[in-house]
Amino acid sequence: MKSLGSIRRSFAPWADPASKPFISVKNVTKRFGDFTAVDDLSLDIYTREFFALLGASGCGKSTLLRMLAGFEQPTSGEIILDGQSLAGIPPYRRPVNMMFQSYALFPHMTVENNIAFGLKQDGMPKADIAARVQQMLKLVKLEKFSQRKPHQLSGGQRQRVALARSLAKRPKVLLLDEPLGALDKKLREETQFELMDLQQELGLTFVVVTHDQEEAMTMADRIAVMSHGKVIQVATPAEIYEAPNSRFVADFIGDVNIFEGAVSGAEGGYVRLEGTNGFPIRMASPETPATGGKSAVAVRPEKIRVSRQPPAHAPVNAVQGEIWDIGYLGDMTVFHVRLKDGRVIKASSLNAVRAVEDPLGYDQEVWVSFGEDAGVVLKD
Amino acid sequence: MGNWSRFNIASIVLGFGFLYLPIVLLVIFSFNESKLVTVWAGFSTKWYTQLWHNQALLDAAWVTIRVALISATCATVLGTLAALALVRYTRFRGRMLFSGMVYAPLVMPEVITGLSLLLLFVAIGLDRGFWTITLAHITFTMCFVAVVVQSRLLSFDQSIEEAALDLGATPVRTFFAITLPVIAPAVFSGWVLAFTLSLDDLVISSFTTGPGATTLPMKIYSQVRLGVTPEINAICTILIGVVAIGVVVASIVTKQREAQRERDERAAFAQS
Repeated sequence: MKSLGSIRRSFAPWADPASKPFISVKNVTKRFGDFTAVDDLSLDIYTREFFALLGASGCGKSTLLRMLAGFEQPTSGEIILDGQSLAGIPPYRRPVNMMFQSYALFPHMTVENNIAFGLKQDGMPKADIAARVQQMLKLVKLEKFSQRKPHQLSGGQRQRVALARSLAKRPKVLLLDEPLGALDKKLREETQFELMDLQQELGLTFVVVTHDQEEAMTMADRIAVMSHGKVIQVATPAEIYEAPNSRFVADFIGDVNIFEGAVSGAEGGYVRLEGTNGFPIRMASPETPATGGKSAVAVRPEKIRVSRQPPAHAPVNAVQGEIWDIGYLGDMTVFHVRLKDGRVIKASSLNAVRAVEDPLGYDQEVWVSFGEDAGVVLKD
Repeated sequence: MGNWSRFNIASIVLGFGFLYLPIVLLVIFSFNESKLVTVWAGFSTKWYTQLWHNQALLDAAWVTIRVALISATCATVLGTLAALALVRYTRFRGRMLFSGMVYAPLVMPEVITGLSLLLLFVAIGLDRGFWTITLAHITFTMCFVAVVVQSRLLSFDQSIEEAALDLGATPVRTFFAITLPVIAPAVFSGWVLAFTLSLDDLVISSFTTGPGATTLPMKIYSQVRLGVTPEINAICTILIGVVAIGVVVASIVTKQREAQRERDERAAFAQS
């Protein structure tokens, strides 16, 4: 079996049955009146992990984060941190710190005092506080701005102050609520890598909430995809993208083409589907669904080829259509191919060379095809 | 500001005249040599010097200032607490009743407030005097403070309080280290409002006063009944001067702060 690429020096404590989770969320439910924000949710997060909670707004990810911080109490269930239950422990006694989406900097304090605030609450000696603040300012490259007030800083600088402030107490866990949401695209991409380096350097456990899948894919060791208060899938970014466990995850992460059909047979790790689009599909699958049942195959656009000539394996995994739309993105080109029944298939190809002879154009008759291990057989 | 049509000029002159002509007359006649208020007999400041020898008037002024200081401070504490309760705890039992009761004095005729307080003081056998006036002033100015502070709290970003809790500050420390400093300007304007309201209150003070506790407005009013003297004009001019200086200073400070803030923000963006 081919394997999905491993990330970050094969850091995978979740795959090791001997390792103990650092944070355990056990059957946690949170209700606000009639509304169930988090629904019987269980999760394990390991030490030094960069863990992302990903979902659309209102999926309960922020509520879960607020329960970890102590601003909300679970209606039922339990959260265990480092072997200790967090039930009834107020936010100011928890060994976690949070970076807020709005940064929540204290407007009446200088950058220096913002960073020192948490240390002062602990009664740390003055000299130590000053040293730690200097260290934090250096970490986020804001040494020159220590005497500024928050309103005298740009958005990116404020974000770094918020980060320094939440890291100053050396929390066991740092919670980040949409940490890069307020930054523009370029700054956001830079900061993503800065955050990753920082997390590695300090050896902390990060739990980040985001609605931006690209951000989660870039930064996280593992991602929990959430919907309606439940976790749909917890896996590494590569697994989430290449082996989604459900139609929801396949659809939520990245672009996808879904081909439906009835299972007509299975042999040697391959499933055959009689596709409703009028062409048979043969797809690798570790599990074999029951013959006759309905199933679907998800194929990512970049794994779909567009060609003028039919591929050798036609008509299996291949269908004819005409080019309906072309989106040129620079690094790649996206084709929308319209089939005879009106369905549109998305295919993208990398622009690996600067110019091609006779490029594909609008309204041309083409074949779209994909390999036998290009897609995922979805369970539901 | 390009269009100074005749209509605009006329309305401004009329409006300002209507508002300020009586005050200007009062100020002018406070410098009148003559004892007769309406007859001009030359410039003099003798009524101002005479003020300093009018012990009754000075006593009344001192009572007024003490009442205003104490009642404004108490009203500010109570009003701020009421505003916090109303904004933060949106779902406690009897919230509507509580908010209605906090704001009732805002629209209640002063005569009724004064009378009901008088009845209360008589009923519980409290000797009327300095403290009953102070209590009455706390009662009727508290709601003004609550209104001012509440409007500030509505735009308050509560995540900064959560950040403080998250960083290890207890709720009490969070209030004093974060919430109070941030809403301080609103609390201060609430205090100033309460102070001025207490300073010039006549009706409620008259109802709740007792022997030996005469406030300045009461003193002026009782003297005016015997005829307006230039002395009254003089003390009113001083009051106007104090209020005017306060207003001007406050607005200059706010303007400068805003300008400074804008400059800072522009500088921050220029660097980023």
